[in-house]
Amino acid sequence: MNKRINWGRTLLIAIPFIWLLVLFLLPFMSVFKMSLSDMATARPPYVPVYDSETGLAGLWQLITELDFENYVWLTEDDLYWRSYLSSLKIALISTFFTLLIGFPIAYGMAKTPSQWRATLVMLIILPFWTSFLIRVYAWIGILKQEGLLNNFLLYLGVIDQPLIILNTDLAVYIGIVYSYLPFMVLPLYAALEKLDYTLLEAALDLGCSKIKTFWVIIVPLVMPGIYAGCFLVFIPALGEFVIPDLLGGSSTLMIGKTLWGEFFNNRDWPVSSAVAVILLLLLVVPIMLFQKMQERELKGQS
Amino acid sequence: MNVNRFSWFNITSLTLGFAFLYIPILLLIVFSFNESKLVTVWGGFSTKWYTSLLQNDGFMDAAWMTLKVAVVSATIATVLGTMAALVMIRGGLFRGRTLFSGMIYAPLVMPEVITGLSLLLLFVAVGWDRGFWTITVAHITFSMCYVAVVVSSRLVTFDQSLEEAALDLGCNKVSAFFQITLPIIAPSIVAAWLLAFTLSLDDLVIASFTSGPGATTLPMKIYSQVRLGLSPEINALSTILIVIVSCGVIVASLLTKRSALKKSQYEQQANASA
Amino acid sequence: MNSANKTQTDNLFTPWLSNSVEPLIRFENVTKKYGDFTAIDNLSLSIYEREFFSLLGPSGCGKTTLMRLLAGFETVTSGKVFIGGVEMSNIPPNKRPVNMMFQSYALFPHMSIAENIAFGLKQEKRSKKEIQRRVDEMLALVQLEAMAGRKPQQLSGGQRQRVALARSLAKKPKLLLLDEPLGALDKKLREKTQFELMNIQEELGMTFVIVTHDQEEAMTVSSRIAVMGHGQVMQVDTPDMIYEMPNSRYIADFIGDVNFIEGEFLGYKAYSAVDSTEAGIGSETESLAAIELATDQSTAASTDASNSLASFTTVVHGELLANSEKVLSEHDQVWLALRPEKVEISKTKPTGDYNMIQGKVWDIGYIGNTSTYHVQLFDGSIIKAQRVNRNRLNKRSITWEDEVWLYWNFDASVVLTE
Repeated sequence: MNKRINWGRTLLIAIPFIWLLVLFLLPFMSVFKMSLSDMATARPPYVPVYDSETGLAGLWQLITELDFENYVWLTEDDLYWRSYLSSLKIALISTFFTLLIGFPIAYGMAKTPSQWRATLVMLIILPFWTSFLIRVYAWIGILKQEGLLNNFLLYLGVIDQPLIILNTDLAVYIGIVYSYLPFMVLPLYAALEKLDYTLLEAALDLGCSKIKTFWVIIVPLVMPGIYAGCFLVFIPALGEFVIPDLLGGSSTLMIGKTLWGEFFNNRDWPVSSAVAVILLLLLVVPIMLFQKMQERELKGQS
Repeated sequence: MNVNRFSWFNITSLTLGFAFLYIPILLLIVFSFNESKLVTVWGGFSTKWYTSLLQNDGFMDAAWMTLKVAVVSATIATVLGTMAALVMIRGGLFRGRTLFSGMIYAPLVMPEVITGLSLLLLFVAVGWDRGFWTITVAHITFSMCYVAVVVSSRLVTFDQSLEEAALDLGCNKVSAFFQITLPIIAPSIVAAWLLAFTLSLDDLVIASFTSGPGATTLPMKIYSQVRLGLSPEINALSTILIVIVSCGVIVASLLTKRSALKKSQYEQQANASA
Repeated sequence: MNSANKTQTDNLFTPWLSNSVEPLIRFENVTKKYGDFTAIDNLSLSIYEREFFSLLGPSGCGKTTLMRLLAGFETVTSGKVFIGGVEMSNIPPNKRPVNMMFQSYALFPHMSIAENIAFGLKQEKRSKKEIQRRVDEMLALVQLEAMAGRKPQQLSGGQRQRVALARSLAKKPKLLLLDEPLGALDKKLREKTQFELMNIQEELGMTFVIVTHDQEEAMTVSSRIAVMGHGQVMQVDTPDMIYEMPNSRYIADFIGDVNFIEGEFLGYKAYSAVDSTEAGIGSETESLAAIELATDQSTAASTDASNSLASFTTVVHGELLANSEKVLSEHDQVWLALRPEKVEISKTKPTGDYNMIQGKVWDIGYIGNTSTYHVQLFDGSIIKAQRVNRNRLNKRSITWEDEVWLYWNFDASVVLTE
């Protein structure tokens, strides 16, 4: 608009922009660079290390020493392949179950008399404010072999042998569904609350059955909420570490856990970086879809 | 048949849903008062685990560290995030706008292991000693994005003619922001600060990557304890945290309710004076 | 304010007719584009001091953009805007001698009424005492002294409107801009407030520019009206001239209700009969434009009409007569714009010098004080005639399907060429 430079505006944009460039984007570059390096028994535990005194020549030297060895390694050891696939499977199945459990809750909330709704929303958000770690921890006591669930079922006489749930994939599913349920319920509720319920009456009036009304009226209209909820569960679940680590067993493979293991247990920074790069590539498409959706949502409000 | 009826189906799904959400937390709280060292077997009422928790210096130090990190990071993240929200809603077009909004939304869904690892590698590359400040900077970076989202959703509905009116009455842009916009969006900024604060309190993964020797946060402490097995002390600690946070949230929602009540009183008054 | 005083000033107040008066606001070939969309298209306009000037038009006609250019919230794409002789392009909103009353009122919700009114004065760093005095003055002006401590949310719509007015007047701007100031009020309150606004404007001797889409409002309050369409000013004139002498079908159609009769100009006719009621005009010999209904569809109708009109002597068959100051040449396409209230309706043939058309009552729109008769002519077109209901229901004689005569004076219609 104006040819003059608006310094206030420039500064306003520059400060958060530079912060994110340096502390969000640049770190990804260093992950990528690290993934091309080799492990070494040193401090820091990788080579090559750039020494600023060697100048440009040193930089060129460094670049020549980078290679894709770690990526080749990832394809050779099937641990990584299986981790990726198993993460995908676990994330997909848990997202599906979160939707299945979340929808009736969101629907029930939207149908609650309006003076109660704010309280219900608060009750959904409240667990989100309390520590994630603590909520996962709570399930250990419930699910373990001599835990509360088994004690209860044995007491009722439903089972005579304790169920083995903790340290299995089932425990991971339960953990993810439990932890991410608020992320599914809130966008669904937001969409369902906006729904014009006279549309349902109109459909019923025009001879649509109740079940069909659900599929042809409600579901299409709340689709944006369904998408948002699924993204919010699927994307973070894919890279989840705490839940598979605490609830899953040694056979539960998830990529976040594998990465953590490579980094903290094997101290193999280059390989864990390569794992991270691949995980990021898997996530690029859903994250971009999510961003598009968020921006559209924001525009829709204004 | 009335589709608007609050049916048994709805009551059942709400009851089961909230039971699923709250029973684990309630059990955790109940067993924090367990006499027995076995976490899952009731051995009578006792508060001894709270006493032993308070005498545990490791936990206390970690709690203090966590609190410092959370206050500092939430405060800076709120400033940066509010700026970012202004850029997104009011910034108009500029080069790199898509990249900017990408960097705001991506951290919201980025797996923490990646964020943590990448920040660590940056800190190592620039030779920054890991400790309090590295954790704080890492927390600022991801929580400022949450702040930006919360504040921008308020800014979108902000009636821009209020700011124009201030300009019209002789304010410059900066003073219009501080005199008009900021006081009006203040509740959302407070909410954003609280969100940033709890995100920081809660974080295990990013802190584990970016912390160094001598800087242990409470979640890190809890995690290492939990890996060794269940401990009633952790239950006690969890209970304290849950009670504090719940009180905060409930007070906040009561305040919101009160201001809504005030608003409806105002409206009645307005109608009466018409 | 007494009305006698007002009529007097109205009679004297015509700065736009004078060449010596410098306008307060001047738009010079102003164009404003948003991307490909042209909101204001090469517009020039002058507004004078102490005018109550309306920008009237449908939504999207550019009237709000024009106002925002004055306030400084938008910058021109090309052209110049002058206020008080100063070119405004580099002057930000906070440095302009202009205040604005917003459509949404834009009252600061976190400040009391008094604080809202004091806001602009505080920005000027006036002394506390002075601010207090001015705020009290303004509160008295809008009769809200008792509400000073309240928050905007505690006021009714009409009271909020008055606070917004007081706030924008507090700094004594040279020019007050009002964006749909009464749009949020209900009809009764709106009418009352219109007169309040006019009184305040006169009392303070200020210039008001108002944006509105409500033509009645514009007619009531304005010294002059600019009717806008498609980013341009279609006509600028006093309310009575806009209504009685529209310069195009767009204006005639936009302001009030109108019948259009399309035809072809045949020539001038000498006409010398003196109409006692129109002595001023009738005394001189006038040239009347004779217009024939000349479109293809209406050929049949005009034959019918000519049959039925045959018995009249003053009107040539198929011809309609009208006063016009326009210079027309033969076969020009023209439209007669005819306001429904100027069309008389009767079951019997009227006698006298009138244009007459015969038709059948197709529908009657009853709105209490008046009834509008929709009369279908023989070619199927509809002409509306309005009648004041002086008699109670049972005494009104014309009803559906009645064969009626429509007739009007030769100077009742306006001849339009575009």
